[in-house]
Amino acid sequence: MSEKLLLLEDQAIALGALHAGISGVYAYPGSPATEITEYIQQSPVSVKRNVYSDWCTNEKTAMEAALEVSYVGKRSLVCMKHVGLNVAADAFINSAITGTHGGLVVVAVDDPSMHSSQNEQDSRFYGKFALVPIFEPSSQQEAYDMVRAAFDLSEQVMLPVLVRLTTRMAHSRAIIRTRPAREQNRLSFPEDRGRWLLLPSHARRRYNVLLAQQASLGKASEESPFNRYAEGSDKGIIACGIAYNYLMEAFDGKCDRTILKISQYPLPGKQIRQMMHSCREILVLEDGQPFVEEQLRGVLDESGKIKGRLSGEIPRAGELTPDQVKTALGVLPEIGYETCPDLVPRPPAFCDGCGHKEVYEILNTVIRDYPDAKVFSDIGCYTLGGLPPLRAIDSCVDMGASIPMAKGAADAGLYPSLAVIGDSTFTHSGITGLLDAVNSKSNLTVLISDNLTTAMTGGQPSAGTGKIEDICRGLGVEPDHLHVIVPTDQNRQQIETLIRCEIAYNGVSVIIPRRECVLMLQRKNKPARA
Amino acid sequence: MRKDIILSGVGGQGILSIAIILAEAAMHEGFNVKQAEVHGMSVRGSEVHSNLRISSLPIFSDLISKGTADLILSLEPLEMLRYLPYISKEGWVVANSAPIKDLIHYPDIEEVLEDLAALPHIILVDADRIAGEQGLILASNMVILGAAATLLELEDETLRQAIRNHFENKGEDIVEMNLEAYRLGREVIVNQSAL
Repeated sequence: MSEKLLLLEDQAIALGALHAGISGVYAYPGSPATEITEYIQQSPVSVKRNVYSDWCTNEKTAMEAALEVSYVGKRSLVCMKHVGLNVAADAFINSAITGTHGGLVVVAVDDPSMHSSQNEQDSRFYGKFALVPIFEPSSQQEAYDMVRAAFDLSEQVMLPVLVRLTTRMAHSRAIIRTRPAREQNRLSFPEDRGRWLLLPSHARRRYNVLLAQQASLGKASEESPFNRYAEGSDKGIIACGIAYNYLMEAFDGKCDRTILKISQYPLPGKQIRQMMHSCREILVLEDGQPFVEEQLRGVLDESGKIKGRLSGEIPRAGELTPDQVKTALGVLPEIGYETCPDLVPRPPAFCDGCGHKEVYEILNTVIRDYPDAKVFSDIGCYTLGGLPPLRAIDSCVDMGASIPMAKGAADAGLYPSLAVIGDSTFTHSGITGLLDAVNSKSNLTVLISDNLTTAMTGGQPSAGTGKIEDICRGLGVEPDHLHVIVPTDQNRQQIETLIRCEIAYNGVSVIIPRRECVLMLQRKNKPARA
Repeated sequence: MRKDIILSGVGGQGILSIAIILAEAAMHEGFNVKQAEVHGMSVRGSEVHSNLRISSLPIFSDLISKGTADLILSLEPLEMLRYLPYISKEGWVVANSAPIKDLIHYPDIEEVLEDLAALPHIILVDADRIAGEQGLILASNMVILGAAATLLELEDETLRQAIRNHFENKGEDIVEMNLEAYRLGREVIVNQSAL
């Protein structure tokens, strides 16, 4: 039975995976990918089919668990934001060496223009790096259909398949027509036991197998229904993923140029060579980094025939937009109103009554007395402490970086060196950094600002809730220098004194300011509003 | 029929609820729909906007190009001005005149409203007052939806059903509150007979 639903691309991916018969989804929340897992968690299909969907501690544990679901013959989905793939990279790259058994699909959502990220890395490079097939949908319907195709392909070629989305469509709704759901796989085991045991001798054999597969993966792209070639004028356009929509929009669906729509990689070589042969120029339209354009040009091409982000037809950085595409195609834009000059921005801000804010206000008072103090922070709501008027932190680089950065600075002679990290980020990848600091007896003061949730992404459960002190003690933080406090105005004096004492202590101190996220409290205590 | 609509406001005002209700209603009337939204950090009081496209023909882009929007629907006056370059010269604006001023340098509200009033096709609605007088302040977004609905070729009954569906799981009181606010917004325009 086919249903008609209005879904975000993230949700279309989720439903496509459920209908493709997944037995589990493995993920750590991160915008713009969070809604994939949330949709599966809330879907009645998951309940009926007993699909695993609890959040993981980080993207690496997610990837590893999903790989083992594949090992026992079942289908699994792994979802993450683009930078999450950095965390999962070790497992992801090696999963192409072991190969898969049950279908394994990895979804990475890139964030060009960095709407809520630290960089705009293009996950297609990871797919190429790992030598696995990549899918890049151009519509929500294609996303839904493609997940099923990706699972089928994964089982056919026995490799993980990467599905690459970008923020814009991930967070855009369209009407989806569903297909009948497929059953889940039964438990089964791979015949070749050795391929999962990546000793160098096995890994070398497996790598050669992977290399030998590349030609057939290329052929699969050339024959893919998701890649389409339409012969037209001698002006060629390659449009990848969402760029295809912007191209069609610019010409109202009627384009007389030669077009190659790419939604499956490795690059369909046959069609690209055909275009190179029959067109005098090729404009490459792609969201993210110039992944296709760079491969086409290499370093040797001086013909000027291939155009795109590198040649300046499209801006080098930032999200691709329909207006940029129109300009690159020479389609005249509509003349509207001028941009309003001097509009004040409306940056995100701490919620009223946020515990993190209280922590920073206290910290700012204390470190006024230590002109050399530096505060290394991390990724979460509390990164907002870097904005005026607080300006309370000196760094935010990647998940878990705060503690090792504070350690590095302390090792190099900085005093006092402080770290501020949230509870979910701490369990995601802060624990190992704290172990380093404990082992080297570095002189730093760590604040684990615990709001009992993963707040930035909408309030998912935090893996360390109820366990943070035990984790710290287990790592070897001395009980005398491990404190839990409640960051409120009335405790201010006492907390200030405590921080000063711990700054004075020559070693690792951990202070855990703990107060529940106000948004989560509101959600619990109040009926939902409009 | 084709309507390209930009919705803007501040996180927490309920802009995405309006976008989804309009999109659902359009789908139920058999139109094609795309509705892109920018959120993420927006729950923490920053700007939120959505691009909603409704058409009887296939829709390609998820985003609306500059100078082409048929309607901007804004829950906050300053947030409307941010999207000015997107409205077509023939396009309409329906905006809440009540500002959310929790910015360090919110401009003089009189000047903002003057800028808005200078637009040729604008309907300014004091949605917070209208909703507030009836004890429906949490549903002021629905007042704006009701006002804007008069400019769209969507049936009143379909929209009411979409509102009902959207709030159904929050209880009948919430559904009724939102329907009433929607009705008030619609009434403002009908009474003004501005069109």
